[in-house]
Amino acid sequence: MFKLIPRENVSPVLSLLGPLFSIGFTMLVGGILFYFLGVDPFAAIKMIFWDPLMSETFSTYSIPQIFIKGAPLILIALGLSVGFKANVWNIGAEGQYIMGAIFGASFALSLYPLESIFIFPTMVLMGIFGGSLWSMIPALLKVKFNVNEILVSLMLVYVAEQLLALASLGFLRNPDGAGFPGSRNLSQYSSASNSELIMGTGIHLGVLLSLLMVVFFYVLLFRHSLGFKIKLLGNSPKASGFSGDNPNKLIFLCLTLSGSLAGLAGIMEVAGPAGQINIDFNVGYGFTAIIVAFLGRLNPIGIFFAGIVMALTYVGGELTQFMLNLPAAAIQVFQGMLLFFLLSFDLFVHYKIKLKGKK
Amino acid sequence: MDLSEINFAVLVASLIVASTPLVLAALGELIVEKAGVLNLGVEGMMIIGAVAGFIVGVETGSAYIGMIAAAVAGALLSLLFAFIILIMQANQVASGLALTIFGLGIAALMGHPYTGIKSPQISTISIPILSEIPILGTMFFQHDLIVYLSLISVLTIWYFLTRMRAGLILRSVGEDHDVAHSLGYRVITIRFLAILFGGAMAGVGGGYLSLFRVPQWTEGMTAGAGWIALALVVFSGWRPFRLLIGAYIFGGITILQLNLQAIGVNINIAVLSMAPYLATILALMVISMSRFRGNRGAPGCLGRSFVKTI
Repeated sequence: MFKLIPRENVSPVLSLLGPLFSIGFTMLVGGILFYFLGVDPFAAIKMIFWDPLMSETFSTYSIPQIFIKGAPLILIALGLSVGFKANVWNIGAEGQYIMGAIFGASFALSLYPLESIFIFPTMVLMGIFGGSLWSMIPALLKVKFNVNEILVSLMLVYVAEQLLALASLGFLRNPDGAGFPGSRNLSQYSSASNSELIMGTGIHLGVLLSLLMVVFFYVLLFRHSLGFKIKLLGNSPKASGFSGDNPNKLIFLCLTLSGSLAGLAGIMEVAGPAGQINIDFNVGYGFTAIIVAFLGRLNPIGIFFAGIVMALTYVGGELTQFMLNLPAAAIQVFQGMLLFFLLSFDLFVHYKIKLKGKK
Repeated sequence: MDLSEINFAVLVASLIVASTPLVLAALGELIVEKAGVLNLGVEGMMIIGAVAGFIVGVETGSAYIGMIAAAVAGALLSLLFAFIILIMQANQVASGLALTIFGLGIAALMGHPYTGIKSPQISTISIPILSEIPILGTMFFQHDLIVYLSLISVLTIWYFLTRMRAGLILRSVGEDHDVAHSLGYRVITIRFLAILFGGAMAGVGGGYLSLFRVPQWTEGMTAGAGWIALALVVFSGWRPFRLLIGAYIFGGITILQLNLQAIGVNINIAVLSMAPYLATILALMVISMSRFRGNRGAPGCLGRSFVKTI
């Protein structure tokens, strides 16, 4: 039938076209799905991809929302992408995100109602620390005992979710909250609040940091020797060893780096848009970020755009829920589909396809 | 708190029921991995099995027809994975993750109208004479059909892998696909069938969860069971009997923590609920420490794409 011939160099045009084609295919197949769910596919697709940006009624609210939802996705995906390049699979970012939020919020709330300018920066550092600590568990187990990091990091998501329940019902519960679950609202505690930078938009420090991190990771991966070492470890572990790199150190670094970023995303979210630690604090950003990392081709600039596109599906997805009664899970299917198309399309990036002539 | 409230025989019986979905899903994944493919989508295939099994079970009124539907649904989802990794040469880790994300979404979508509905009645099969034995009878011989089937599958898969020519061919494909290919075995076809079998088994495991064990449909009800099944395969060192023992130990921890919750032990429920996941991590750690460097027993080509070069 056909034969695959490996490309010597990855085609840059195709690797850019891949994500675009995948989005196109997802719209097509997603549209068919929406049709079967009894929703007008054209209206739904327009509402997901067009209305949040262009509609006069929605855009003033939804454009800033895209950046707010995109920020945690971009932050987490940047961290994950470094590991994925090195073949280190941290898929427990969701747990690290939760732990970042719990650590940071616990620190700030323990000082309540003390006001000081030092509280906010220390709280952010505590958040980063919480996330990195959580990722250090799979990192240590991987490096010391060669335990599979995929399974350990994932198991720890479930543990973190239980800790979140413990915090919101127990040690962080608001003493003035009339017995309702959830902590004090950090937005009402001015020393710890991640308040908006532009009035009326909700744009907060996390959004700014996500943009700065894109630049930082670009430099790290393409202008610093560490980026080269990480890519070498992923492409050829043997060569990495021969060149004198310590693979264990790199693996440890990749995991804790991604945990730190997830923790940062968590503390930014809890002190900003979410406001409080509560049972339903995590909404799956840690898992969606995996899709974002691949959609962005593990490239920081790509991840920025991928994060925006994915945030668009969240914001647009909420609109379709609200306006067209499309079930929330439909958007998750939509996102999963996108990842399938992306991964499949990689074939054309890495191989040339030749039709075999009949003998 | 009164520990004597826990009936040991009933505890063992419910341990077996709690472990059965894991045994089924992990056995499927064992075959897939023995063929050299790492399918991280077990969670997704399980939940699809759970929802499809439940819907068909409720609509037809028969839990067993539901189980067949669960197997078909799991296999159908795995077909997608097989196509992407075998034909499109996609990264297996990422594709497995995609399968899980996709499966969880589809299941939530399909299952929404069925939340809170009761599942059809099932009957247990008491094995004559044996079930009359005090204590042991309650523990082992008064179960539903699927429990017995899961034990038979452990035996069958052990026999298949170690005593049959077809099992040897499957293992050779997983050990070194280039050699297997040059010997004339159809690597892609064999892997394709293995993935399909793994999908069906995961689907059945999921169906058992929603139709027998819980039994009802709730969104995200697998709660990591698919991932634990993956961990069990590693824990077992790719051996069916060790897999069964691992699953029962694990089921024991789950049941014990549920019982402790029920009798109101003075430990926070959240802390108790963490136990199964922490136990999995601990088990993986112990098993990795006790072996030599690397994973002994892991198939040589696990997770690597096969590209036909000749």
